[in-house]
Amino acid sequence: MSRTKEPEERATSRAGFSRRGFIRGVGLGSGALSAGVLEGEAAAQAPGAKVVGPGAAPVTLKVNGKVHQLSLEPRVTLLDALRDRLGYTGAKKVCDRGVCGACTVMLDGKAVYACNVLAIEAQGREIQTIESLSEGGTFHPVIKAFVDHDAQQCGFCTPGFVMAAKAFLEQNPNPSYEQVKAGLGGNLCRCGTYMGVRKAVLQAAKEMKGAPHA
Amino acid sequence: MPDTPDYSWPAVEKRRVIGKRTSRLDGYAKSSGTAKYSYDIQRPGLLYGAVLTCPHAHARLTSIDAGAAQKSNGVTAVELLAKPGEEIHYAGYEVAAVAATSEDLARDALRKIKVEYEVLPHLVSERDLAKAGSRAKPSGEQVTGDPDQAFKDADAVSEGFYGIPVINHCCLESHGQVIEWKGNQFEYWPSTQNLSGIGGDLAKVLEIPATSVHTHMDVMGGGFGSKFGHDRWGEFGARLSKKSGGRAVKLFLDRSTELQIAGNRPSLFAKIKLGGKKDGTMTVWQSESWATGGVGGGGLPAGQLPYVFRGVPNKRMTHTSVSVNAAEERAWRAPNNPQLSYVTCCAMEDLAAKLNVDPVAFFDKNLDYAGKIPGPEAYRAQLKKAAELAEWARLWHPRGQSGSGSVKRGLGIGFNAWGGLGHPSKCLTTINPDGTVKVELGSQDLGTGTRTVIAMVAAETLGLPVAAVQVRIGDNKYPPSGPSGGSTTVGGVSASTRKSTMNALAKLFEVVAPALGVPADQLEAADSKIQVKGSPSKNLTWKAACRKLGTKSIAEMGENAQRGPGGLIGSGVGGVQIADVSVDTETGIVKMNRVVAVQDCGLVINPKTAESQCFGAVLLSISAALTEERVMDPVTGRILNADMEFYKLTGIGDVGEIIVHLNREPEHDKRGVIGLGEPPVIGGIAAIANAVTNAIGVRPPVVPLTPDKVLAALEGRNA
Repeated sequence: MSRTKEPEERATSRAGFSRRGFIRGVGLGSGALSAGVLEGEAAAQAPGAKVVGPGAAPVTLKVNGKVHQLSLEPRVTLLDALRDRLGYTGAKKVCDRGVCGACTVMLDGKAVYACNVLAIEAQGREIQTIESLSEGGTFHPVIKAFVDHDAQQCGFCTPGFVMAAKAFLEQNPNPSYEQVKAGLGGNLCRCGTYMGVRKAVLQAAKEMKGAPHA
Repeated sequence: MPDTPDYSWPAVEKRRVIGKRTSRLDGYAKSSGTAKYSYDIQRPGLLYGAVLTCPHAHARLTSIDAGAAQKSNGVTAVELLAKPGEEIHYAGYEVAAVAATSEDLARDALRKIKVEYEVLPHLVSERDLAKAGSRAKPSGEQVTGDPDQAFKDADAVSEGFYGIPVINHCCLESHGQVIEWKGNQFEYWPSTQNLSGIGGDLAKVLEIPATSVHTHMDVMGGGFGSKFGHDRWGEFGARLSKKSGGRAVKLFLDRSTELQIAGNRPSLFAKIKLGGKKDGTMTVWQSESWATGGVGGGGLPAGQLPYVFRGVPNKRMTHTSVSVNAAEERAWRAPNNPQLSYVTCCAMEDLAAKLNVDPVAFFDKNLDYAGKIPGPEAYRAQLKKAAELAEWARLWHPRGQSGSGSVKRGLGIGFNAWGGLGHPSKCLTTINPDGTVKVELGSQDLGTGTRTVIAMVAAETLGLPVAAVQVRIGDNKYPPSGPSGGSTTVGGVSASTRKSTMNALAKLFEVVAPALGVPADQLEAADSKIQVKGSPSKNLTWKAACRKLGTKSIAEMGENAQRGPGGLIGSGVGGVQIADVSVDTETGIVKMNRVVAVQDCGLVINPKTAESQCFGAVLLSISAALTEERVMDPVTGRILNADMEFYKLTGIGDVGEIIVHLNREPEHDKRGVIGLGEPPVIGGIAAIANAVTNAIGVRPPVVPLTPDKVLAALEGRNA
């Protein structure tokens, strides 16, 4: 009801090649599975297309401005690559299927669910994680606002919320209270911190206008 | 050691830290993603565990073959968890587990395990008691007074059916652990509510000494009552690490399995008949209730109804426990209380409607039936306050009289009651010659703000800023503290910290007394100084005082032994919540306008995190009232919504405003510190269901109040 961003929109990467997209494809009744696979094969075999997998292949990811060379199976999600291979554990794995937003990171400036993006699809793109918001010992205004308004309890959803809030505010620098409620609808919290999150996002909006931050 | 020091809390006007809104100490670490949960622990050569579960609700395992899995790429160990011939009682039961070099490879291996089952008949729904057969275990009838005569004498009788289904804990950090086995001991990073106890419990089942387990956990991602034990996965996780040559194994349940087996709250269904007098007095309570908490049956202990209004003179009650093929219930924040409050407050508002009495006046009248603690007058004051904050006089209207438009507004009430006495806890305070202070407890912070409360108590006692106190929790090398359940933590840790820091300070006074030329008992700590009482100009700075320790630190214990309330801590609180909703009678959608929560919790150490507890509790109530339900498939016996798309947690836009009013008058403060986690989560479901009923004029009997249920009620399809 309150989710203005369709999960598909947030989940689908540039080439439309995502787990969610695939699952949606195969769910379209009889014949869809084979059609989907054929489409995939056709795409894979298009002139100039590079075929990788199913074994590990070299993958280059640029995370928070730093380039990492990895060897990954093509099925590895961006979330697993960030957490298990690169040690960026701020993004959390909770639902693992593009619902809760705990794994939110930014790809080329746009919030995505990292559990729904494959690592190979994130190549050549700017990946920004929560870790980038406290580099050099200074905290991004969104983080400070979350602390000021106690917009966290157990904190497991919080980094995802902070990233979603940052992305939201970059697109909506002057949000109304109602826009905040709608715009953060792609993230879920179990402890019940929404009251603090709403206030924190409004505070961060004010502070971000005064102080541009990465 | 000075004689029995007076450990009492400082007088309200003297407090500089306690009672001040203080940001949680781990707030920046959590919000910036640098806090390390057990789920985030990385070790050299870390392996990943995965679990294969039974797809049948009731079956006998006939064969299991993991030969191919053993040889699967990346696999280091396989554990078989069920034997041929074993009867399995619910879908999701663990039958095998593997460790491999990545999570994907572990799952590949699981797919190669061949398991065969003989499928047996199952029962997964308790809603229709008539179909439960031998799975239903009735308890005896309990009768008080003369219910039959009371019904004859009643001016009005109200009858209804009320239901609240099983819901899941759905902790965002799943259940599991990282275990690294080294020789005859191991490192253990669980996600637990029971840091001091869990390692020893696991050591026992592994048949190794309790001292062989080093348990760590800095922060944890939600428990809500479901994370006290090491569980089966603790045991087989440890074995997988041992079999893999001691390499660390990270094994956390995937979301589907977590929702199937790692925690659920029992249901409660009840047919309730009440009688009352024109003046609004409820005279008789009759209930026939049933519930399930999984394979073991479960639900409420007999005689727990009516909730809060226990003293009604005439009662007849039966309760039936139904065993279904689903995983065992676990404690869920205020076990059974939300369900009891729901059926009680809903049935009572229905009687009030029959009697044409305003529910505020009706509950007020019947509060004489409430127990001594917190007592009828405390509840009456809360009810009055809640009604004022909810603008009851302006907004409430008699049931169903909510205007001619299609969107109807309504208000409803729910009550809570809880103990909240502090658990046993020990604290060690160290004051070092360089002025640093360390406070150590084998406790845990579930996100309630425990770490911050400990620091605040220590800072208050020692006359230091909060930032000057280093709080060390989350490691079983620290003095033991109780598990965090039942709102017992804040009382336990605040009392042990108060005593420990006072004991350490008394030692420091002894050392510095000669330098200030007065006896030690004439000293006090304030504003980062040790000063003479009444002559604050005669002082030493904290650092100068600590330098007098020379080369020896002070290390003093303090203990809360849970001998009962008195002094620092107390128990027995109440609260009243009022919900305000708008219901679209064309779509059946319930919109939350506002919830008012008036709550007693004794002395409040940190109002900021205390309010967060109440906000969170109300949000959980909204979720349970409007969207959450474990849906079982009667055909397959599986949970249909073991995922987060269809196990619906409420979202940030789905909730209205929440007004929290904590009772902080002197009469509350003097009762000492009382736990707050459970009570505010209890009454909200009742309040919301009553508000919806007040709006639309008919009672949708079973929550969650999804649009289909609201529309069915409007169309008279409740049976």
